[in-house]
Amino acid sequence: MKRRTVLAGLGSIAAAGVARPASAATVVGVTATEIKIGHTIPYSGNASSYSVGGKSHTAFFKRVNDMGGVGGRKINFISLDDAYNPAKTVEQIRRLVEQDQVALVFNPLGTPTNSAIHKYINQKKVPHLFVATSADKWGDYKNFPWTIGYAPSYRTEAQIYGKYIKAQRPNAKATLIYQNDDFGKDYLHGLQDVYGKDFDKVFVKVVTYESSDATVDSQVVSMKDSGADVMVTACIPKFTAQIIRKSFDIGWKPLHVMSNVSSSIASTITPAGPEKAEGIVTSNFLKDATDPEWKTAPDMIEWRAFMAKYIPDGDTTDGNYVYAYGVASLMLQVLKQCGTDFSRENIMKQASNIKPVSLPLLLPGMQAATTPTDFRPLKQLQLQRWKTNTWERFGAIIGA
Amino acid sequence: MEGVLHQIVSGIATGGIYASIALALVMIFLATHHINFAQGEMAMFSTYIALTLLQLGLPYWAAFLATLVFSFVMGVILQRILLEPLANAPVLASVGAFLGLLLIFNNVAGWLFSYTLKPFPSPFGVGDPMFGGMFSRHELGSTVVTMAVLLSVWAFFRFTRLGLAMRGAAYNPVSSRLVGVPVGRMLALGWGLAAGIGAIAGMMVAPVVFLDPNMMGGVLLYAFAGALLGGITSPLGAVVGGVMMGVIENLAGAYVVGTELKLTTALVIIVLVLVVKPSGLFGKALASRV
Repeated sequence: MKRRTVLAGLGSIAAAGVARPASAATVVGVTATEIKIGHTIPYSGNASSYSVGGKSHTAFFKRVNDMGGVGGRKINFISLDDAYNPAKTVEQIRRLVEQDQVALVFNPLGTPTNSAIHKYINQKKVPHLFVATSADKWGDYKNFPWTIGYAPSYRTEAQIYGKYIKAQRPNAKATLIYQNDDFGKDYLHGLQDVYGKDFDKVFVKVVTYESSDATVDSQVVSMKDSGADVMVTACIPKFTAQIIRKSFDIGWKPLHVMSNVSSSIASTITPAGPEKAEGIVTSNFLKDATDPEWKTAPDMIEWRAFMAKYIPDGDTTDGNYVYAYGVASLMLQVLKQCGTDFSRENIMKQASNIKPVSLPLLLPGMQAATTPTDFRPLKQLQLQRWKTNTWERFGAIIGA
Repeated sequence: MEGVLHQIVSGIATGGIYASIALALVMIFLATHHINFAQGEMAMFSTYIALTLLQLGLPYWAAFLATLVFSFVMGVILQRILLEPLANAPVLASVGAFLGLLLIFNNVAGWLFSYTLKPFPSPFGVGDPMFGGMFSRHELGSTVVTMAVLLSVWAFFRFTRLGLAMRGAAYNPVSSRLVGVPVGRMLALGWGLAAGIGAIAGMMVAPVVFLDPNMMGGVLLYAFAGALLGGITSPLGAVVGGVMMGVIENLAGAYVVGTELKLTTALVIIVLVLVVKPSGLFGKALASRV
């Protein structure tokens, strides 16, 4: 023990002796010619349909390098497979931090997977930027100053729905069904934020389900029997589709406001039946690549050229590519803001000082911005309603 | 009061789903004395085959029959190449093989057909809900199909020599072999029939819960509880148990324990049955001489 104390003491003396910048900046993963960025995403397993995000980022940074890099350096983007398994995410992130020694970790995907590395990465003081999950907890700048979110959080989304319902149906009798986990509970909290003490009066029936349940038919029956005329659903596509079908079958037509997790036409609306989904309200912040309205938008044209050159076999109707392009653009913005100081402290400082900026493929009027006390870059959404065969956006861009 | 009635009717419909898989579990148990944990995943896989045939343009009932034949053959082949070598191995080896099959079918289905949720058509057509929105046409039709399967299974074991030989082969392989029953072939036949029943269940379930590789995960647990409640040796027990599970789940979830504890209710029932009356409501108590 004694020997170790002595050695530690000697170490600090040695450290003090070396000339260092006053801020004691930590520069890791950056040389005169390259910046190392780490990333995890499921390339295998159940959630591997998300892997296009990794493909897109790899191509995006290749294009950055082809155009001369950033801050005089090329980006070395290391993207590893975690199979959406939190244990594996820990292993891969440790490898990235301790072995590959990356400067920062960018956009790792998933709520359970990011939760597993949340503490570790903050202890190691590695920038954990723009995580690919919309849980509310990524904006906790006080306890986790090295982690920053990206997309509007579920809680923000629920607050927007709450305000919409309040305006549309001031005397609403409402009902809520949510998945019994972090994702679902964010919606409960968001609605409680808006209604406050009145929540229990307005929401006459609140039910839950487990993602392992076979059906939610029973819950739909309970919600109908409550006499509610507004239904909020915070469910994954499978159960949203069941709810749409079951409420149609039992002849119940409330105002249905649903989580945008289920806004995919392919995985929710088509299975349920487009005619049964008429009038459903949800929200979005990205441009839909299949929407003819954006055909001539400059950012869409630029993106299609990027896809054609760098990912020619990519499916351009897959919204994950659209999402990835926007968030990678924000990463590039932060690296540009860094100038030539790529210390971890400065990367984090720049990531938490983003002046309002428009990103490609976001809906017009949407802006990303952060401050040292606001770690949620996107806070706005636009509502949309299902009409005949497509989502129709309506109203202004709303912030919570 | 209307709410309670509605919960019961909806529970019967969901229970019909559990009952159809429970029937396949009983079938495999009567034929082999094993519980096949991969039964649900095999049913899911068969349903994807049916969907593929439908997309190729086959009429529904032709695809239905072709899927039954495919599933039967798949079941027989699995028994021959995978379980035959394990015939004399300890029961844990078979359990391991069943769990392995579960993972294999789940992953292969995801790899071949993707994890995107897919709609599956109902043979009973879409129409207005019946009985004041209590029952949909599909729920009524699939209940009839489950009853028909139940009758066939019951009659098969009760009245045919083949059924008797199969039960014998499972219960006492040595004696059966001595009296001339081809035990290996009987076991393979049992697997084939169970896979066929599973396929029917899959095609009846998919229009309700939608088709994806994890379609059967939740269903299998409730089906298992239903089969145990009714008695794992009784086809009638499986159906009654399955339907009861659906109704109990709904009523408990809506009025007693709340939706958070619905699944727990199923697990508690499994444990209670095993402790209080392991043979279930309709099952025979099995005694083997050691």
